[in-house]
Amino acid sequence: MKLHFDVPGDDFTRAGEASGQVKQKMKQLGFPADVVRKVSIALYEGEINMVIHAGGGEVDVDIDPHCISLLLTDHGPGIEDVSLAMQDGWSTAPDHVRNLGFGAGMGLPNMKKYSDEMEIESTVGVGTTVRMKIFNP
Amino acid sequence: MEYLDADLLYGEELLDHEVHTACGSDMMSDVLAFVKDQAVLLTGLINPQSIRTAEMMDMTCIVFVRGKEPAPAVVELAEEKGICVLRTQHPMFAACGILYSHGLRGGGHI
Repeated sequence: MKLHFDVPGDDFTRAGEASGQVKQKMKQLGFPADVVRKVSIALYEGEINMVIHAGGGEVDVDIDPHCISLLLTDHGPGIEDVSLAMQDGWSTAPDHVRNLGFGAGMGLPNMKKYSDEMEIESTVGVGTTVRMKIFNP
Repeated sequence: MEYLDADLLYGEELLDHEVHTACGSDMMSDVLAFVKDQAVLLTGLINPQSIRTAEMMDMTCIVFVRGKEPAPAVVELAEEKGICVLRTQHPMFAACGILYSHGLRGGGHI
């Protein structure tokens, strides 16, 4: 099953809508709770990142019985140093984002932690693509 | 609810649900990173992302501390997600301490 979502960049309150819908769909399909949670959290952090840093983007989800693939695409400023961005606590988020409960530098590390495979392609000035896979053993 | 002297903002029918674990944080990524199987989230963050974080973590109850009043849309989102919402005048540290002294535990590990 393939699902597509546009993540609006101008409305922080809506970040997480795609994750919520994917979670609901996976529950209906009978996936185990721990797999559903891994997908939900990884995608949720991705959505938040797209809204905070990139002015929104697009999410494509491919739900297969044994593997859930997440593709997050944005046309934001890109990530200058991906390995630095992957470090716990590293953040370029402005203070107002921290007041919203994010920007602690845990977004990408959390996505890595909850996905079984993750790849980031980013070009400064062009955008960022994140691919994640979560397996259902 | 009684121990925290809390107001119920949503979830009368959810109050019978038994919980054993909780966590307290204003940083949602910390909740998403370090928490496992907690049922209650104590937070001073009253925007919709507190509800969504609880949703992603399968939490059943949110307690807003320091007497903070969430916007009606935030309570409506909790209703949509089936998450009980309480509000207490206690600050975070005190609210966590009260629940801990009555048997709730962290339940998470790094």
